Amino acid sequence: MNVVVCVKQIPDPAAPQSFDSSNYLDRSGKLILDEADTYGVEMALQLVDKAGEGEVTVVSMGSAAELAGVRNALAMGAAKAIIVSDEALRGTDALGTAKVLAAAINRVNPDLVLAATESSDGYTGTTPVQLAELLGWPSITFAKSVTIEGTTAHVSRQTEAGYDEITAPLPALITVTAGVVEPRYASFKGIMAAKSKPVDVLSVDDLGLADQVGPVGARQEIVSVEKAESRQAGEKYVDDGDGAAKIVAFLESIKVL
Amino acid sequence: MALTSLWVVVEPSNGALTTASLELLSHARTYGVPVSAITWGDDDVAAQAGDYGASTLYHVGSLNGSLPGVPVASAIAGLVGAQGAPDAILIPSSYDGRDIAGRLSARLDRPVLTNVTGLSDDGGLVSEHPAFGGTQIVKARFGAQGPGIFVVRAKSFAAESAGGASAAVVEAPIGETGATGSAVIVQSHVEERTGPKLEEAAVVVSGGRGLGDAEKYAMIEEVAKLLNGAAGASRAIVDAGWVPYSHQVGQTGKTVKPTVYIACGISGATQHMVGMKGSKNIVAINKDSDAPIFQIADLGIVGDVHKVVPALIEALKARG
Repeated sequence: MNVVVCVKQIPDPAAPQSFDSSNYLDRSGKLILDEADTYGVEMALQLVDKAGEGEVTVVSMGSAAELAGVRNALAMGAAKAIIVSDEALRGTDALGTAKVLAAAINRVNPDLVLAATESSDGYTGTTPVQLAELLGWPSITFAKSVTIEGTTAHVSRQTEAGYDEITAPLPALITVTAGVVEPRYASFKGIMAAKSKPVDVLSVDDLGLADQVGPVGARQEIVSVEKAESRQAGEKYVDDGDGAAKIVAFLESIKVL
Repeated sequence: MALTSLWVVVEPSNGALTTASLELLSHARTYGVPVSAITWGDDDVAAQAGDYGASTLYHVGSLNGSLPGVPVASAIAGLVGAQGAPDAILIPSSYDGRDIAGRLSARLDRPVLTNVTGLSDDGGLVSEHPAFGGTQIVKARFGAQGPGIFVVRAKSFAAESAGGASAAVVEAPIGETGATGSAVIVQSHVEERTGPKLEEAAVVVSGGRGLGDAEKYAMIEEVAKLLNGAAGASRAIVDAGWVPYSHQVGQTGKTVKPTVYIACGISGATQHMVGMKGSKNIVAINKDSDAPIFQIADLGIVGDVHKVVPALIEALKARG
């Protein structure tokens, strides 16, 4: 079974973030593999392992000048990577991203595509489903568990009330919630092996999508970026055994108690 | 361009529309243009849709076990083809709402704006999106012809009945969906839950990495229960697998605006703050006095959650 995992290299969420002069997220610093994607990579590796044949390919869109995040996925055990990198992609929206990913994935012809429910930086959260529609596949979002039997995917999907058991025939796209598997740490051997694994870099022209991407393809504009109203810090006490009492008194003052 | 019509996707749940759906209907009617609602399933929600401002209810009908995303998007695309597009389609940012938005966007080849927390009419709809933990607000609009697809986070608007007459029900047939429509629900599981829903609770008590290990989350649930509230979580402990995704408060996760939010062992990453900074009151317990959570807390206790929280449980129990 061949599985594609969509991954994204993002600015470190722990570092300060800002917009650049075009009001795009500043991605000029160090980029890392979105932690949300590590669950999909781990799940893909486990599913391929269980199937006993096939391989995991990671597919990404973004600058190929920085490949640490993609290499991280390869070090975990993915066999190869495809990255679509092109200056023309700056300002591409979720649908444009889905078009790019669909064109790249069609070159691999996988049985299954996994993705996170949303990226940790842009968090639009619609790209995977847009991608499924463009591929003409069923999709199951918010998976808590995934098993494959023959050519059928069995998924537990998060719901407001609990979870649903869902089935879909392959090929299918599944988005996985965080915490569903424990992503492995790349071993030293894995890190060394990743250095020689193939990373295929494609341009927008390679995919024939020139007029579908960038700000023109996005067909939306940022009107303004404003500072939000900020909250003021209130009182702060160092707990001296009276912390709980202070909380109770506060809850009384706002009539919760 | 002046607005002429709006459509709102309204989600059924146990015989009624979800609160997030009612929030969107309530807001849509403030523009004074005809509002149509789109729903699915076996429930009769025409009276409620009308009450909150919809004049027409397009009903997709029973989905026969299919996940809603594909068939509902297909039906909406069919409506757009048959009667032209509205200025905008507003969709609640729920599990199924996001599926519908993604499918519809790709089907119509129209972009989508998600995580909307505000909307206004400025010669066309302008949407607000929180960025960087809600410290900045990005305003955006669609550049070309409609419909604009906006996916709106819960709690962005108030749900208020308008006392309108029952909406006129019009069938909205599902088109050909091929392989895309082949994901089916085999069985639904309802997990036992005591107390109010996370998004609707007046008190939310959340735990984070500072709890140290998964078992300690039980004390968060106990405080929540004693205050008749709901238990939430930071992304860190959901990622670690301690609690399910449905408990997550934040950018990825739920937005809550309770009367009081009690953050226990949560440092206050921007990704968490955006989901709870709209709370009326915030209490934070954290051992690091420099934790960012204290910058927005009305009451901050610099201390060990393993001491303060058990003491709080005792104090609440003592009050009976």
